[in-house]
Amino acid sequence: MNTQTFFDRVVEATPGGERLSRCLQCGSCGGSCPSGADMDHTPRGIFALLDGGFEEDVLSSNTPWYCVSCYACTTRCPQQIPITDIMYTLKQMAIHRGHYEHPHAAKFSEPFIGFVEQRGRSFEAGLATRYHLFHRPRDFFQPMQFFKMGMMGANMMRHNRLPLRPKTIRELDELQAILNEAKAIADQEVYA
Amino acid sequence: MTKKTYAYYPGCSLQHGNHAYGVSTEAVARQLDIELVEIDDWNCCGATEYMSINRLPAYALIARNLARAANENGEHDLVVPCSACFLNLHKTDKQMKEFPEWSEKINRSLAAGNLQYEPGTIKVRHWLEAITTDFGSDNLKTRVKRPLYGLKLAPYYGCLVARPDSVFDSTEQPTVMDDMLAALGAEVTTDFSLKTFCCGGHMTQISEETALGMIHQIIHNAVQAGADAIVTLCPMCQLNLDVYQGYANNLFETDYEMPIMFFTQVIGLAMGLSPKELGVGQEFVSMQPAIKKIQDVPPPKPKSERRPKQALPMPVMPE
Repeated sequence: MNTQTFFDRVVEATPGGERLSRCLQCGSCGGSCPSGADMDHTPRGIFALLDGGFEEDVLSSNTPWYCVSCYACTTRCPQQIPITDIMYTLKQMAIHRGHYEHPHAAKFSEPFIGFVEQRGRSFEAGLATRYHLFHRPRDFFQPMQFFKMGMMGANMMRHNRLPLRPKTIRELDELQAILNEAKAIADQEVYA
Repeated sequence: MTKKTYAYYPGCSLQHGNHAYGVSTEAVARQLDIELVEIDDWNCCGATEYMSINRLPAYALIARNLARAANENGEHDLVVPCSACFLNLHKTDKQMKEFPEWSEKINRSLAAGNLQYEPGTIKVRHWLEAITTDFGSDNLKTRVKRPLYGLKLAPYYGCLVARPDSVFDSTEQPTVMDDMLAALGAEVTTDFSLKTFCCGGHMTQISEETALGMIHQIIHNAVQAGADAIVTLCPMCQLNLDVYQGYANNLFETDYEMPIMFFTQVIGLAMGLSPKELGVGQEFVSMQPAIKKIQDVPPPKPKSERRPKQALPMPVMPE
């Protein structure tokens, strides 16, 4: 069993994470956040919870999932805390623990990286199909949602913006070997 | 002028959903005598998605591109037109330099594919930076064949070029694209305050109303500033502001029709290239009304506002 506190684990898994202990609770991050209004805790609130060791509350919060990675908080933080990177760490930890309240975001990221791992390139048409088919199947039975989805796809194709043939890189073996090695190292050393 | 050569990382979206940006980038490079040498067998940068799942493979994925670029074109800077790809490549290089323990882990992963990357070998630069600093806005002015008189443009930088590392401009109020557009003869909005506000990124897929709110704010701000079109440098921003503009109109009961142009398309138009050569026609909100506004003669300068006669007299110093 790991004896490190939750706070220490977050710090360790984030490059530059040790600056988190300098947080002044000034709230510049929450004030700069374009999606802050929809979060259940602003980043400042999350850092207070982290400091208090409220692991469950932090990992089940929707805050990291509403982070749009715009780095507005990171550049404005007077203590140079890599806030966006900490949000990435919290997402990874929530996935790793298999508990998060806001599943859409993770379910969008997973098929996206699935294509990257299989082909070396992203593939929008396949991603949209897979995401809706497996993670939001209810959309197919709601006439309004289904119509909207179909219109979106048709319009994208009409403007020649949704190629249906995926591209694949030449040396896929090389890429997959690198990714597998990285995952093994991450399992042993980052999430140990 | 001698031909300038760069290593080139196009990124997935320039080949898929936004090849108008890819086409116009290559057309402008030809016009400016810039050679872009594509990295052989590059892979996806993982956007913001891979980082959310597992950090180390995400870095390894990006570092493979850096290692390949260093092996092939180590002496040239690496030019990236997509903001998200730019951020990922630049950030990985920077963090490898700053955190040797992460660099070591990344290189151990790369070794599984017989690659190595020494941080700092490659200089990663955004395509806008290469044009505005290396080529220069003044130099660009001499190449203009058809100045964009009568067109009022709102320069929109989005997030990832301005932040988190203000590589070539301010994080809050960047101005390089403003100067560049002015050099092309266009009028530039002075009060487009959301120029670095986020377009919502992948939020359109996750919480649509959050994203539409951001998209609405940006377009509303540009309309208020009197812009004929928004000029962007990121395929994600173009996609969100253009494709989701209709949805935002529905949600907020507005009827905005704001074309979203790539800065390369704007340069191309000023160089006298035809809209077709620049991939115009892929956008959802047509650019034609904006393109038609371009005049042959510069618009008359607005007269400076004199003090109205009925205003109170200014105090006069006693003699």
